[in-house]
Amino acid sequence: MKGYSSTNIDDFRGVWVFCEQRQGQLSETNFELISEGRKLADELGVELVGLLLGDDIKHRANELGGYGADRVLVCESPMLKEYTTDAYTKVVCDVVKERKPEILLFGATSIGRDLAPRCAARLHTGLTADCTHLDVDVRKYLEYLRKNSTLKVEEESFDMEDRNLKMTRPAFGGHLMATIICPRFRPCMSTVRPGVMKKASYDEEKARSVIVESLTVSLSQDDIRTKVLEVVKETRKMVDLVGSEVIVAVGRGISSDVERGIELAEQLADALGGVIGASRAVVDEGWLPTDHQVGQTGKTVRPKIYIALGISGAIQHQAGMQDAECIIAVNKNEAAPIFETADYGICGDLFSIVPLMIEQAKAQRS
Amino acid sequence: MKIIVCAKQVPDTSGKVAVNPNGTLNRASMPTITNPDDMNALEAALRIKEQTDCKVIVVTMGPMSARKMLLELLAMGADEAVLICGGQFGGSDTYATSQIIAAAIRKIGLENEDIILCGRQAIDGDTAQVGPQIAEKLDIPQVTYVAGISVDGRYISCKRMLEDGYMNIQVETPCLLTCIKELNEPRYMTVKGILECDKKPLTIFDYESLKDDPLIEPDTIGLKGSPTNIFKSFTAPQKGTGIMLEGSDREAVEKLFGILAEKHLI
Ligand SMILES: Cc1cc2nc3c(=O)[nH]c(=O)nc-3n(C[C@H](O)[C@H](O)[C@H](O)COP(=O)(O)OP(=O)(O)OC[C@H]3O[C@@H](n4cnc5c(N)ncnc54)[C@H](O)[C@@H]3O)c2cc1C
Ligand SMILES: Nc1ncnc2c1ncn2[C@@H]1O[C@H](COP(=O)(O)O)[C@@H](O)[C@H]1O
Repeated sequence: MKGYSSTNIDDFRGVWVFCEQRQGQLSETNFELISEGRKLADELGVELVGLLLGDDIKHRANELGGYGADRVLVCESPMLKEYTTDAYTKVVCDVVKERKPEILLFGATSIGRDLAPRCAARLHTGLTADCTHLDVDVRKYLEYLRKNSTLKVEEESFDMEDRNLKMTRPAFGGHLMATIICPRFRPCMSTVRPGVMKKASYDEEKARSVIVESLTVSLSQDDIRTKVLEVVKETRKMVDLVGSEVIVAVGRGISSDVERGIELAEQLADALGGVIGASRAVVDEGWLPTDHQVGQTGKTVRPKIYIALGISGAIQHQAGMQDAECIIAVNKNEAAPIFETADYGICGDLFSIVPLMIEQAKAQRS
Repeated sequence: MKIIVCAKQVPDTSGKVAVNPNGTLNRASMPTITNPDDMNALEAALRIKEQTDCKVIVVTMGPMSARKMLLELLAMGADEAVLICGGQFGGSDTYATSQIIAAAIRKIGLENEDIILCGRQAIDGDTAQVGPQIAEKLDIPQVTYVAGISVDGRYISCKRMLEDGYMNIQVETPCLLTCIKELNEPRYMTVKGILECDKKPLTIFDYESLKDDPLIEPDTIGLKGSPTNIFKSFTAPQKGTGIMLEGSDREAVEKLFGILAEKHLI
């Protein structure tokens, strides 16, 4: 694009969300991002745009409107059916250079985290990874700090007119939180952790009135340097940790009888209408598949009830579950750090306590 | 053919971590390790070397003290090492870091048969951005989240993990792959390796040696050239300690369910 420069900040306007489709389906992450994008767009007084790439995908655009998008830009080509880094990077960067959004959000998924850095490098702008909180309005940011940090907010000075996107994320394995800004370049880009932003309620009226715009895509087979030989979907049903209200998670504490430990957790989850989560130790041992892992390198969850059985509560685990409404911990070590985050703790052997919990849960339900 | 492995020395965040009152990390108080995913990248390179007899070069950007890490990686079996080190490079974010490493790779010389391996992400920042950004700066294809590699001449087949399965992807060299821990089990240093590591070439690239590359401009590297800045860093407040339910196992469980029912949580 002639004359495009990422430093001409005033040329850039609008909040964009890259909307990810797989096999023509939109995942929940898109709706979380659109909902969050809506808030940012309102704070800035600008349009919220969904950018949707795929093949024969236009009919999905209204759904994005329903969660808050004002406009959906659709880029369709058979070469965009499966995700490839090269094709998607080219199309996203071409549209960004033409239309110049000030903010561009991606889901921090295996696609978003492949695509966003490549685009940021090409567009010469900054990118913040795996954000868990976003603000434009300084007042809202200060409110967030008061609640979620040990900073003495009143003793520091802030520019109340600052319109930069403030992107907050855990760093150093969750030991620290950092707020990152990208003041000199646009668009300001970030990937956002799935499961963290709240999805808005669906608005039929907005879904009908969203502006859907098809763009011409300039792409040739030579642009794509990788070949997707096959896409293999896990045949086992994946656990829906993020969408579940009750999670019963197991840790290395089940090691003396792994089978029995998992069976007990399953029974308790069944009795409470929940699903099974796990610490990384359990996944590393191969006792449960990766999709069960909660934490920094696993999923971020915020269920109503999180029950941690035999989990020590390492900071990396806490990073994924500390925002649960009610945390219950069963651990035989009184000094386990999990008791510092738990709302209710029971010190004891999970193999004798969980059967009692199952009994109680069943009694209450009936 | 050669394989360039990008490895970073990182603070070991698995243990207790000291935070300064101003919300920054007290790095001096923490032991350092080679970033775990980068160990998988080196292991993958060494296995391809066993198969094809290619050369393996490890590259890091960091302080002089990162020499120690490079010696360990040489002792594991890498053939050569490069340390990119200079005050001008300090404070770089992922964008600036990838420009500098890309320039260093060009200086080493990237040929048509070559592969660059990175870890998926470094545990200090967990960004997973440097790999793809190096690939973009060098204008070569990338495959991320790689859990399996097979090499057939210039064709590389990769198993790329997704949330709900995987893709098999074929790519031609030169290319960049980012490796995850599922890829392999890194080997240990051997006694022979330890004895020989300081005889292997370890080159230092400073600002002077890279400055002629167009990627290296004062306003695109280091703290000044980084598009992103830290606005604030802080620690989360300690959550008020919850209630320990006392009594026999049965009493504790009954109390718990009493509370849950009362709060309409179940
Ligand atoms: C970069 C990095 C990323 C990481 N990401 C994650 C992540 O995403 N998620 C994650 O979970 N971890 C993660 N970890 C690992 C994390 O640091 C811990 O090692 C892990 O969470 C420990 O799992 P655990 O609590 O199950 O095991 P342990 O720490 O071994 O704890 C087991 C607990 O079980 C208790 N116990 C034993 N027997 C019983 C019994 N019979 N009844 C009751 N209690 C019992 C013990 O007292 C102990 O507290 C990460 C680490 C690193 C370095
Ligand atoms: N300073 C560095 N020196 C060498 N390699 C690096 C450096 N920083 C990042 N990398 C590589 O890029 C990968 C991703 O790092 P990051 O984007 O920081 O999460 C790492 O696993 C390394 O392979």
